[in-house]
Amino acid sequence: MAKERLQIIVAHERNKREQPEYIEKMQQEILAVIRKYVEIDDEQVKVNLDNNDECSILELNVTLPE
Amino acid sequence: MAKIIVVTSGKGGVGKTTTSASIGTGLAQRGHKTVIIDFDVGLRNLDLIMGCERRVVYDFVNVINGESNLKQTLIKDKRVDNLYILPASQTRDKDALTQEGVEKVLDELSEDFDFIVCDSPAGIERGAQMALYFADMAIVVTNPEVSSVRDSDRILGILQSKSRKAEKGEVVEEKLLVTRYNPERVEEGEMLSVEDVKEILAIELLGVIPESEAVLKASNQGSPVILDDESNSGKAYSDAVGRLFGEEIEHRFLEVEKKGFFKRLMGA
Repeated sequence: MAKERLQIIVAHERNKREQPEYIEKMQQEILAVIRKYVEIDDEQVKVNLDNNDECSILELNVTLPE
Repeated sequence: MAKIIVVTSGKGGVGKTTTSASIGTGLAQRGHKTVIIDFDVGLRNLDLIMGCERRVVYDFVNVINGESNLKQTLIKDKRVDNLYILPASQTRDKDALTQEGVEKVLDELSEDFDFIVCDSPAGIERGAQMALYFADMAIVVTNPEVSSVRDSDRILGILQSKSRKAEKGEVVEEKLLVTRYNPERVEEGEMLSVEDVKEILAIELLGVIPESEAVLKASNQGSPVILDDESNSGKAYSDAVGRLFGEEIEHRFLEVEKKGFFKRLMGA
């Protein structure tokens, strides 16, 4: 139980600190732009940065309400 | 050139100062000229654990500010040759440790010593960052308990991004030291096992120090527990020092001690 909880939080925090600092701010700004048009919660926008050897892929996942 | 070892953890009360005192003493016992530096500005404690609190005249900040020189400030241990202590200042000025000041002192110590052990304060603030910045090796002290493991992982993140080695594109050697280990409670499922901690933090295991009354007794007496060679904790610290020199020593005190027939008969 303790081990599983730890593994999840540690993985989450590692992922966060491996991303550049601007990601969080960018996520806020993207959220603000989308909110001009539709009502969405913070959790409905996911920003993820994947670093491969040669390029970085910025993945933006927006769940729009039905 | 001295090797700089930081003893760090993030969380407080896990045994950083106890570990710094014992590892530093162990290195000196093996004939290596060693200095242990207390980085906990405002909350000096290494002097008490080492039993030299009444011999403190000058401190780390005095040296940085040029108010005293190293020769006047270093306290030579009376039990072990080659062992010196540089006490922390009791000033409340949080900015007393500057990076340039610390670097200057470490450079000077480096010329004369084989090992510099930096006893980090708790937390991830300036003092802790200063203690780990110049490190070649980090001993991450962790209790087998969720908040300690999480904080250790954060410290590992800082070592990998904010240390001098990281800035130069090099890596700080990271070693895990699990302290206050209680095999009975692990068996009961109340405590994380050393395997769990190792798996989550994914760094090399330097040692496991069993929870023991000997540690408290040693602190009370002002004598590093490694000098208590009758105690399991002292033996475990000696093993850890041996491993620092590449000796292959099997980990001890990981299992519940089985009570022998006689002991059971006596109800012990």
